[in-house]
Amino acid sequence: MDLKSAQMIGAGLACIALVGAGIGIGNVFGSYLSGALRNPGAAATQTTNLLLGFALCEATGLFGLVIALLILFAF
Amino acid sequence: MNLNPMEQFAVKPIFGMDKPLLQIAGHPIYFTNQAVLMVIVAVVSSLFLTLAVKPNRLVPTRGQSMAEMSYEFVAGMIHSATGEDGLKFFPFVFTLFIFVLCCNFFGMVPGSFTVTSQIAVTFALAALVIGLVIVTGFMKHGIGFLKLFVPHAPWYLLILLIPIEVISFLTRPISLSVRLFANMLAGHTMLAVFGGFVVALGSAGGILSVLSVAPMLLIVAIMLLELLVAFLQAYVFAILTCIYLNEALHLHDHH
Repeated sequence: MDLKSAQMIGAGLACIALVGAGIGIGNVFGSYLSGALRNPGAAATQTTNLLLGFALCEATGLFGLVIALLILFAF
Repeated sequence: MNLNPMEQFAVKPIFGMDKPLLQIAGHPIYFTNQAVLMVIVAVVSSLFLTLAVKPNRLVPTRGQSMAEMSYEFVAGMIHSATGEDGLKFFPFVFTLFIFVLCCNFFGMVPGSFTVTSQIAVTFALAALVIGLVIVTGFMKHGIGFLKLFVPHAPWYLLILLIPIEVISFLTRPISLSVRLFANMLAGHTMLAVFGGFVVALGSAGGILSVLSVAPMLLIVAIMLLELLVAFLQAYVFAILTCIYLNEALHLHDHH
């Protein structure tokens, strides 16, 4: 296998990071909704934590993208 | 037709300025499209925020309301994350928030350049934040700032926890900068890829040309999502700055 095709396969494999990010983001919003429906009064105070959790989760998936870009363009 | 979705991120000297401005240690310094966008962002945002509140009307206009709301939004954010004594960092956090926000929003204009999609820019901002955190921590607590790395735990757990705390502190500038950079890069690449679909379908002829409306509509939806992400990432960058500053100010105790 030459370097180019190995790079392509590696970059594709790096996208598996999105599995974890998807589960994580679903978990964040799901937990927020179930908590907010039980106690709607406290929901508004937790939006900061919601967005923070979302962003931290999403970033892990994007690190996969960075790895893919490194594989494709840095070698 | 070969459309490269990465082409939009190329930093190049602006038209008519092909000669380097100056040389620093043999490295040519150009006035690039990125620099142009940063100058535009800095000028537009500072002019808007000062001129909108200049007349100081009792009943605010829309512009004045926007400026006042952005002040209150950031002040509330700092107050909730760092407490009363974090408010002396208001100018820094506010500048950072507005700069990142405007860079993200100006990048959404088709044909312009997204400054925050360059790791050099976001890492410079993140390094500034972490540098300020370290300086603040050592100024406030002296050498006691190192207690930040020692959580309340039995000594046998500390052997494990202290290296973890040190590593997590050291990776902060990387995660802070890569989060913003990768979000902007991914969003704009996705827009360009879908744009390529429209061009490829539209030039295919026949029924396929009619079908090119579908990715076009999808681009509009993704554009809206990207506007949300543009705001959210600026917000996350600012709130994480506040949280890091809070740790430097209060170490482990809650305010």
